[in-house]
This record gives sequence, structure tokens and C-alpha cells, in this order.
Amino acid sequence: MGTEKILFYIFATVVVFGASMVITVRNPVRAALFLVLTFFASSAIWLLLEAEFLAIVLVLVYVGAVMVLFLFVVMMLDINLARLKAGFISYLPVGLGVAITMLVIMVMIVGPQNFGLEEYLAPVRHVASYDNTRELGGLLYTVYVYPFEIAAVILLVAIVAAIVLTLRRRPNTLHQKPEEQIAVKSVERVRKVKMRAEERK
Amino acid sequence: MIALSDVLILGAILFSLSVAGIFLNRKNVIILLMAIELMLLAVNMNFIAFAYFLDDIAGQIFVFFILTVAAAEAAIGLAILVVLFRNRHSIDVEDLDSLKG
Amino acid sequence: MQSIYLWIVLAPLAGSVIAGLFGWKIGRAASHWVTTLGVGIACVLSLYVFKYMVFDGGEPYNASVYTWMVSDGIRFEIGFMVDKLTAMMMAVVTFVSLMVHIYTIGYMHDDPGYQRFFSYISLFTFSMLMLVMSNNFLQLFFGWEAVGLVSYLLIGFWFKRESAIYANLKAFLVNRVGDFGFLLGIAAILMYFGSLDYATVFANTDSVRDQTMQIFNGSEWSVITVICILLFIGAMGKSAQVPLHVWLPDSMEGPTPISALIHAATMVTAGIFMVARMSPLFELSETALSFVMVIGAITAFFMGLLGLVQNDIKRVIAYSTLSQLGYMTVALGASAYAAGIFHLMTHAFFKALLFLGAGSVIIALHHEQDIRKMGNLRKYMPITWITFLIGTLALIGTPFFAGFYSKDSIIEAVGHSTIAGSSFAYVSVLLGVFITALYSFRLYFIVFHGEENIDPHAREHLHESPWVVTVPLILLAIPSVFIGYMYVDSMAFGDFFKGAIFVAPEHDVLGQLAEEFHGAFAMTLHAFGTLPFWFAASGVFVAWFLYMKRPDIPAMLKERLSMVYSILINKYGFDRFNEVFFAGGGRAIGSLFWKVGDQKLIDGVVVNGSAQTVGVVAGLMRHLQTGYLYTYAFAMILGVLVLLGIFVL
Repeated sequence: MGTEKILFYIFATVVVFGASMVITVRNPVRAALFLVLTFFASSAIWLLLEAEFLAIVLVLVYVGAVMVLFLFVVMMLDINLARLKAGFISYLPVGLGVAITMLVIMVMIVGPQNFGLEEYLAPVRHVASYDNTRELGGLLYTVYVYPFEIAAVILLVAIVAAIVLTLRRRPNTLHQKPEEQIAVKSVERVRKVKMRAEERK
Repeated sequence: MIALSDVLILGAILFSLSVAGIFLNRKNVIILLMAIELMLLAVNMNFIAFAYFLDDIAGQIFVFFILTVAAAEAAIGLAILVVLFRNRHSIDVEDLDSLKG
Repeated sequence: MQSIYLWIVLAPLAGSVIAGLFGWKIGRAASHWVTTLGVGIACVLSLYVFKYMVFDGGEPYNASVYTWMVSDGIRFEIGFMVDKLTAMMMAVVTFVSLMVHIYTIGYMHDDPGYQRFFSYISLFTFSMLMLVMSNNFLQLFFGWEAVGLVSYLLIGFWFKRESAIYANLKAFLVNRVGDFGFLLGIAAILMYFGSLDYATVFANTDSVRDQTMQIFNGSEWSVITVICILLFIGAMGKSAQVPLHVWLPDSMEGPTPISALIHAATMVTAGIFMVARMSPLFELSETALSFVMVIGAITAFFMGLLGLVQNDIKRVIAYSTLSQLGYMTVALGASAYAAGIFHLMTHAFFKALLFLGAGSVIIALHHEQDIRKMGNLRKYMPITWITFLIGTLALIGTPFFAGFYSKDSIIEAVGHSTIAGSSFAYVSVLLGVFITALYSFRLYFIVFHGEENIDPHAREHLHESPWVVTVPLILLAIPSVFIGYMYVDSMAFGDFFKGAIFVAPEHDVLGQLAEEFHGAFAMTLHAFGTLPFWFAASGVFVAWFLYMKRPDIPAMLKERLSMVYSILINKYGFDRFNEVFFAGGGRAIGSLFWKVGDQKLIDGVVVNGSAQTVGVVAGLMRHLQTGYLYTYAFAMILGVLVLLGIFVL
């Protein structure tokens, strides 16, 4: 059993543990933090599988952005936790039943008899100078350039959608209107009046 | 040496766990969203495993796009969640039954 | 020549389209000018074609002008076949049509539908020309239906009159019955000959003449006989033979000019023309010829009898038309096609003359059609009187007049015919001569002689009709007198129609007659010693005696023979039978289908039933829609599980 395999099992255990905790803990904040753990361990496994760029992206984008977003939302909302967890135990048998059935079926498909080392030999590792990011970039900007641009548009749409959805107009709040301040004219501000000088006493 | 089946089984376990999560946390939309993220992670795991063992980098490209879409999905999902909470003061799925026939 | 034929056909169509679509814009005068011009062009060119074919011995023309489509090897074409038969029909159709156009200018002068009327009659001329000039069955059928359509439109021209609407509907429906047979006949031709082209069909008769077909199980029918009888059923509808004659008397609801043009002179003769054109087929089936002859004989005699009791001036002439069409049909049955066509031509002239004369009387009396309210009109309308007398004399077959030569040839031909039913037909046509003379002169005496029973108000304005009415009368009177004498030699007994009409040697009655024929003049002299002449003369005498000398006798006869009278006045009960059996039966079946089929089955079970089923099922299914997200997620995951299971197992 090589180092690689040991590392893989360690990280796989962490992934499974993290995922189990995500779905069982009561507090959503803790669930989010366990999800972060799961992502970290996954990215380590991806590193083992020579997907360096994606492993970094997973950490940066998911852990750095998406999960922080989750945490923000969880903390922002005043959630009644007790109520949300009600009935957790009663759903457990069904959930576990379905999950285990599914797992058994899937392992029957993807198990070692179909996808073991005999069927799929482990490829030769790339040399140290091999640059996964360069490879990926070369492909993304040539063959997959149109999907790449579409992905960019999707992200833009997501940004716009998120802003529009959460945008709240409050008609009664006080705020400045810079365009009106700029457009103002002197006659609207200053009134010239003519009056007689007061007599000196 | 890591076998392809090992990674695939890990993906299957992740997927099954997230399915179980959907059942267990059927009232909490936030955990539901997290379970969906886990499902996507399981799928990505499979893609990366195949990309490695078949020595075809196209699998990683797919993961890249899935990550993009998943990020967009998370952003919009959370935005909807915020609006929902603002209007109903609850994220309990039991309260969301306007579609009831 | 092809461009001439195209001009002949298209000039009336152009006139019709201009008057019909733009009549409101170009006004009344322009409408009648443009249509009359169109028909005039067609008439002049038709006369030229007639001259070219008959006097210059031109070659018959047969070619396709336009291919509409080719389907499964069968060509659907528009083409012209012009031989002497066609040339004669073209000349008659366009000449009578031109006369009617001119006459209409006077007759319809005050009618609000003036432009529409001219458009219709020009369209009719176009359709009729398409019919007679066609070189294939498809175009024949097109013309056939188109003239039927125009006839329908014109019978119901005064569409605010309920009786006119009833009459045009009746005409249309009865013609559909005939057309059904006609269409089946054409289909049978297509099936057995594989072509719609006249020339191809006639050239292949030998291969089909001995074939048989099964209509009902176990009974063998000769294909030719079936085809001929089916085609003749079409002719029965169009040419108003018993029992499909019921529409023609009612069609007199239309304006008089079209009664003259369509329902006397041209359209109703389409059936006669068609049978003559199909002579190579009919000659092969003696059964069909007998059928044709018997139907014609029944029509000729019994429809003439009905003319005796009618009091509407146009209906008397209408029944006379029926009777004369019967004569033509008898001639066809006797294989004397040439005589039938000859009678068709002479009849077209003198019957158009009679109708237009009747129309002249009708407008003079402010649309009074009842002959009991006429009388002694010769004093007021001399031109109408003389021309009407000429038409009547021609109709009853007075020697030297046109009708004599054609009718006498038919009677002689029937006398010589030996096929089954010919003796019955001979008796019928002989008695028919007496009846014809009787009703024609009854009409003539009551209208133009006898007591004046005219409405005093109408008499104040009573005067001869304007020139647009009288000129066509005179122009039609001329051929009514002379055309018989001129053409009896070549048309009836000569080889005028050689190549156009085929007669089997064993049926060639006209050929036998031609051996005894020594010129028109000798035939005329000979007539004074024959039965038909004396029948006609006695008919005239009886009419004179009953309606001039002793007007009390008809009334007495009506009393004594009240049963016969009521049969005649009810037209043998054909209308009653049709109304009760077909119309009533149709309504009964309709209401049965409506109540049971429509209301219960379709509305009750199919429409409302399916809607209720959907409602019930939806009511059950809506419980599946809990509205909770996890239910849908659960359903999805179960689906994935099942799919996975199927994949693995």
C-alpha cells in the first residue's frame, strides 16, 4: 500500500465524515463549516488525481466565496432551529433506506469488478514540469471558447439576478439625490429681495 | 496505487449521503442547498477520476463548467432564500405549499 | 387555330370577370358592353370555326393546352377537341348566348342586380364552351359542374324570393344525384381504360367491350353497359329526363333570359351532347341504348301531357322543353345521334325564340305570367306575335319549319330501330306530336287570340317591346324557319358528323333512311301523307276547337276527368314523392342522428364524457400534488433509483 493510497484513504475518510456531519448537525452554521471541511478534503483528493487547478479553484471559489455566502445568509436570517429539526428522527429510517439501497446499487455498478485496476490501469504520473493549468487554459481558450463565454454570461446573469432579487426599495428612507443636487440652478436657491434700510436708532 | 473504483465508490457514498441529507433535512432549505452542493461534488469527483484514468483533460473542463453553474446556482438560490425569508419570516419547507393541488 | 379556340373560351370569361368583380365600378352600361363584346367575339370566332370546319373541310383539332397535373401516370389536362360536332355546338351556344345578352339589356333594364346578371350569363357561356370543346373527361366534368353552378346562381337570381331559393336548391340537389352517376361513370372509365382522354378511350374500346364486372356478388355486368348507364344518369340529371326532371319546371323561377339560354337552349342539351360525344361507347351496349330510349320516350310523352294543364306561360314552355329533350334522348337511344343533335340545334333556336317571346309578353304585362290573364295580344305586340307563331310552328313540326325536319327524322329513325323498347318509343313519340301541337297551340291561342283578360292597369301601358328585345326575336326567328331545310340533308342523313359520331352498322337507322331520302323538298312533300303530320294537324285543330270555338269544353272536361286532371296538375306525384320520401326521410334520419348520434353519443359520451373523465381523474391526481418541495424531490429520487435498478438488473 503506497503513500498515495494511504493519503487517499485518509482524505476519503475525512470527506465521508464531513458529509455525514453536514447532513446531521442541528446548526446550519456548523453544517456549513463541515461542508468547508468536506471541500478541503475533496480538493486534496483532486490534487492526488492531478487536477491541481480545479483543486485550487474549489478552495478559492467554493470555500472562499460560496461557503462564505452560505455563512452570511445563515447568520443573517433569524431561523427557528428547533422547528426545523423537528421530525428528524422519524425521517431517518426512510432516508437511510433509500440512501443505502442507492449506494448498494451504485457500488454494484462502479465497484472493483468493473472499474478496478485490472480494467483501468493507473496512468503514468506526469513529470514535475507538467502544468495542469496551462493545459486546461489552452483547451478552454481554443476548443471550448464558446462554452467558456456562455459560462461567463451565466455568471453575469447570476450576479444581476441575485442583485435584482434582493434589491429592496424603501420609499420612506431619507437619502441624497446627487443628480438633482448637480442640476440645481442658482435662482432656485437664492432669492433676491429688495427692502429699505432700517433707520438707525 | 489508487484504483478508479475507489474514487467512484467515494463519489457514490457522497451522493448517497446527500440523498439521505435531502430526506433528513427536508424542512431546512439551507441544508437542502448544501446537500445539492454535495451532490455536485460527487459528480465532479467522478469526472476528475475519469479524466485522470482515461488521461483525457476534457473531464476537467466539464468540472470547470459545473463549478461555474453551481456557483451561479448557489448565489441565486441564496438570493431567493433571502427574499423568501424577508416575505414569510421562515425558511421552513412546510410553509411553502402554494403549489398544493 | 389554337389561339382562336383560346380566344373563344377566354373572351366570355374575361367579360364575366370584369362585369362581376368591377361591375360596381364601371357601371351598368359598361358591364353589358363588356360582356356582350366578349360573347360577340366568341360568337364571331365560333362562326368562323364553323365555316372552317364545315365549308372549308378543316381538319379536326385535338390537342392539350395545359397540363394541370400528372398523378400515377394519369394526365389531368385542359385541352380542346374541335370537330364538326363541337363546331356546331359552339356556334349554337355562342349565337343564342349573344342573342340573350342583347335581349337582357332590355329585359333586366330595371333590375338592381344588372351587372351580376351579365357576369353570370357570360360565365355560363364560358362554362358551356369548356364543356363542349373539352377533349377529356375531367374538363367535361368541370364544364358540367360549372354550368350547373351558374344555373344554380341564376335560378336563385332573385334571392329574396323564397320560391326561387327553393327552386335553385332543388335544381342543385337533383343535379347532384345525376352527377353522382356521372362521376362514377368517369371513375369507371378511368379504372378500365386508364385514361381520361377521349381519343385514347375511344381507341381502346375493343379491349374493354367483352369485360365484365361484379357489382353485387355473383352477378356479372358488362363494363361498357355499366359505364354507359352511369354516364347517362348524369345526362338524365342535366337534361332533365324522368325521374330527374323535377328541377326544370321549377327553374322557371329565374329570369326569362336564362330560362331561354340555360334551361331551354343550351345547358339542358349538355346531356344530349355528351351522349352523342360518347357514341363509340354507347354503340357497344344495346342494353344501355334501350335504357336511354325508354327513358327518353317516357319523358317525351308524359311530360308533354303535363304541359296541357299548366297556366304559367313559362312552365308550359318548360314542359315542352322536357318533352323535346325526351325526343332527343329517344333519338340517341335509336342510335340516330345525328338526328338528335340536329334536333338539339333546331330546338335551341326555336325554343330560345319561344322563351324570349314569352319574356317579351311578360315584361309587357308587368311580370304577369298567368296565361288566364292574357289574351288577344297580337293586337298590341305584332312582332312578338309573329315570331312566337313561327316558334310554335317550328316546335310542332310544321313542314318547311326547322322543327319538322329534325323531329320527323327522329320519328322515322325510331320507327326503323329494332332494339328493345323501340316500338314503345315509336308510339310515344307519335302521340307526343299530337300532344305537342295541342299544348303549343293552346298556349298560342290563349295568349295571342281569344278574349282579352288583361288587367286594365297593365293594358294602359301595353305596347311592343323595345328593339333590344325584338331584334333577338327576329334574329332567332330566321334560323327557326330555315335552318332545318338547310341542314337536314347533311346533318341528319349526310356525313356531317362523320368522325365525330360513331354508329355501329347494325344500328345505322339513319343510313337506312338516307336511302329513301331524296332531298329536303321531297321529304317535305312526302310529309303531308304521313302520320306525324296528321297528328300535328289534328292537335292544332283540337286546340282551336277547344280554346277558340268552344272554350266551355275544357272546363267541362276538367270536371269530368277530375282524377286525370289532378294527376296531371300534381305532376304524377314526383314532387310529392321526393318531398315525402327523400326530403322527409332525410330529415327523419337527420333528426335521428342529431338526437341519438350527436346529442347522446358525441355530446354526451365523447365530449362531456371525456371532460368528466378528465375531471374525475384530475380530482384524484391532485392529491399527489402536495405542494411540498420534498415530495417532488422524493419522487425524483425514487425515479433515479428505479432507473438505476433497471440498469443494474
